[in-house]
Amino acid sequence: MRSNLPIGLAAGAALVAGAVMSAPASADQTLRVVMHSDLKIVDPIWTTAYMSRNYGYMVYDTLFAMDANTDVHPQMVESYEVSADKLTYTFTLRPGLAWHDGSPVTSADVIPSIQRWGSKDSMGQKLMEFVADMQAVDDRTFKMVLKEPYGLVTMSLAKPSSNVPFIMPASVAATPSSEQISEYIGSGPFVFDVENWKPGDTVLFTRNDNYQPRSESPSWASGGKVVKVEAVEWLSVKDHQTAVNSLIEGEIDYIESPPNDLLPLLEGDENVALKVINPLGAQFMFRLNHLHPPFDNVKIRRAALASINQKDFMQATIGDPAYYKECAAMFICGSALATDAGADIVLKSDFELSKQLLEEAGYDGTPIVIMQSTDVNVLNNLGPVAKANLEKGGFVTDLQAMDWQTLVARRAKREHPSEGGWNVFMTSWTAADILNPIMAAGFNAGCDSAWFGWPCDEKMEGLRDAFARETDAAKQKEIAEQIQIRAMEVVTHAHGGQWYRPVAYRSDRLDGVLDGPVSYFWNISKK
Amino acid sequence: MYGFLMRRLAATIPVLGMVALFVFLLLRMTPGDPAAVLAGDNGTPQQIAEIRETLGLNKPIPVQLGIWFSNLLQGDLGQSYFFKKDVTELILLRVEPTVALAITTLVITVLIAVPIGVIAAYRHGTWLDRCVMGFSVLGFSVPVFVVGYILIYLFAMQFKMFPVQGYKELADGFFPFIHRLILPSITLSVIYIALIARITRASVLEVLGEDYIRTAHAKGLPNRVVLLRHALRNAAVPIVTVIGIGVALLISGVVVTESVYNIPGLGRLTVDAVLGRDYPTIQAVILVFSGVYVLINFLIDLTYSFLDPRIRY
Repeated sequence: MRSNLPIGLAAGAALVAGAVMSAPASADQTLRVVMHSDLKIVDPIWTTAYMSRNYGYMVYDTLFAMDANTDVHPQMVESYEVSADKLTYTFTLRPGLAWHDGSPVTSADVIPSIQRWGSKDSMGQKLMEFVADMQAVDDRTFKMVLKEPYGLVTMSLAKPSSNVPFIMPASVAATPSSEQISEYIGSGPFVFDVENWKPGDTVLFTRNDNYQPRSESPSWASGGKVVKVEAVEWLSVKDHQTAVNSLIEGEIDYIESPPNDLLPLLEGDENVALKVINPLGAQFMFRLNHLHPPFDNVKIRRAALASINQKDFMQATIGDPAYYKECAAMFICGSALATDAGADIVLKSDFELSKQLLEEAGYDGTPIVIMQSTDVNVLNNLGPVAKANLEKGGFVTDLQAMDWQTLVARRAKREHPSEGGWNVFMTSWTAADILNPIMAAGFNAGCDSAWFGWPCDEKMEGLRDAFARETDAAKQKEIAEQIQIRAMEVVTHAHGGQWYRPVAYRSDRLDGVLDGPVSYFWNISKK
Repeated sequence: MYGFLMRRLAATIPVLGMVALFVFLLLRMTPGDPAAVLAGDNGTPQQIAEIRETLGLNKPIPVQLGIWFSNLLQGDLGQSYFFKKDVTELILLRVEPTVALAITTLVITVLIAVPIGVIAAYRHGTWLDRCVMGFSVLGFSVPVFVVGYILIYLFAMQFKMFPVQGYKELADGFFPFIHRLILPSITLSVIYIALIARITRASVLEVLGEDYIRTAHAKGLPNRVVLLRHALRNAAVPIVTVIGIGVALLISGVVVTESVYNIPGLGRLTVDAVLGRDYPTIQAVILVFSGVYVLINFLIDLTYSFLDPRIRY
């Protein structure tokens, strides 16, 4: 028995190994993608979750879309006219638009879609404040009548990130915005294969053969959405290392968000390309709670601003300078509204100024409760850096580590920090969410209606209102500059630096990966 | 025997009831809010409040508990907050990968652990025994995910024998099914083999010193017969007990293994539900795991009487 056992085991292992040798993968026309998370909610209006937004871009289309220069172009709309008094917008839909079931897209679908989005999204709500009426003229034409001129009509309808004003069939758009939709028909370039959806595992989209793309070249979400593969499969791979190994081995084609610390593994593979598809990147946000001491005192908020600096945040989280940029512009360097006015304080820490401001404000040493997320790779190190810099600036801090889901629940609490509330948290916004002061939630200083942190400043609200009403682009930029200066004066929040994360894909197989704030899967062909 | 069966089955009801109550209350005491997760990272306070109301999360906890228990008694495990699907449906989708992984792991474990445990006991004090014990210590000490990464690096990335990740249903064919299960099963079985081999060695070693083993040898029975028919069978009760207890170990290992190998099983469903605070799913999955655990212990109790005729209920 003793002598036979090892031989038997070895023979068995050899047999198994021989039997399971991998067969070469057959080339196919399904794009296999690992997204940054798995798709949970299939209603991109009901939630602001980025995965639902990305799903929306597959299944639905938009009236307008933004290009790489952040200019707005018609998408489902063929043409539009604005009356001389700037109060009536008349839109005409492109001919041939159809839902996935073959029925035509009409004005009767568009109006309830805008209304549902407008009841949920902050930029949509602002637009709806100005809309007096929307009416269908015929199947392809509808009018939007405003109460007074509004400078962001087409910009709102081209909003590139959550919530995107996707157009849905009238029966689906009739669903109250407080409820999730239960039909998944769109008119976009892909069809959601709901029968083969395995929640938490795979999402399958097939090419919409009836989709009629625009003739222009694609640029971000604008232009021709020509689908060049038969299907796109989103795989939910939770483990980043597994996803990276899988890409290197060619089991998948594309990773939407490989973590920065694994990029060197991918850089070393000649068949894998890393591409920053979103040249505007993302921006860290340092958010203060205005409700409770000590940050109910503007001087102490200014002291916090003086203590931090962008470079420390980005070195600790991103590391490689190729993937971050110090940028004083709150509306993103490289965007139409970019300006350094009043905001260069975030570029360099001034601990002496911080201490001086704290002394003037009579800071009593109340510990600052900093909420630190520990399970979102790119946010993990922000908390300790904030703690170190605030302490150098004279603050006493209490860094509390928690998972991201606990943080998002706790940041909604208005209680005092000693009763479960908070003073500071840090997050990140994709640039497409913060390109102007109406879409960027951080600038809302409407007290109770403001985003978490609840800043309260009448002057800021007045400036935002003026920005929204202004129809001249040059004047809008001037107002945006004043808004940035005011944001730094009252410290609604601070911007912690601009950073970039490339997508990773098999360069030996894929062509036509597009730039954009979202991963778009049209235009990609598979060899 | 029939009375024993009925008593044991009846005893599972209060056990599962207590588990249900405990899990429900524990989740409500845990920080986090499913409404905040559902609203998305850019969700406003108003949107979160609206979702809380829609889901009934703003109701008092005793009311929520009453509703859940009432539905549970009617066989309704609830609906996932995220997927808008019945939790029962989600669980059924995930059962096959986890059961497949557990069965292949158990088969690999028993096929390897019991023989090496018996051999180690039989060759007690030799280099073979020390090797088995050394492997056992190593198997216990190395975390499951480390074993997983090492096996992936060697057998998937270097030798190209297996895929890095993924799962194929049995309906897609036996070869692709088993091909993708081998590495995860070996990964998961390492710690289990370490445990069972040690117990087998200890049990067999103890039995080998008994008078009846000496008698069997004196009768001139071959070593193989003495070991398998007399020693192993008499040592089987503690081994089977540990295999049963080890199912709990298996369940915790499944969570990690399924993540590393991207297997869409119950382990990953549990992790996703916990991270998203999907209360109905967490409650249901833990109830299912508890039920399985109770059932396995029950089956093990029954097995004793087959292994040892002296045990009667």
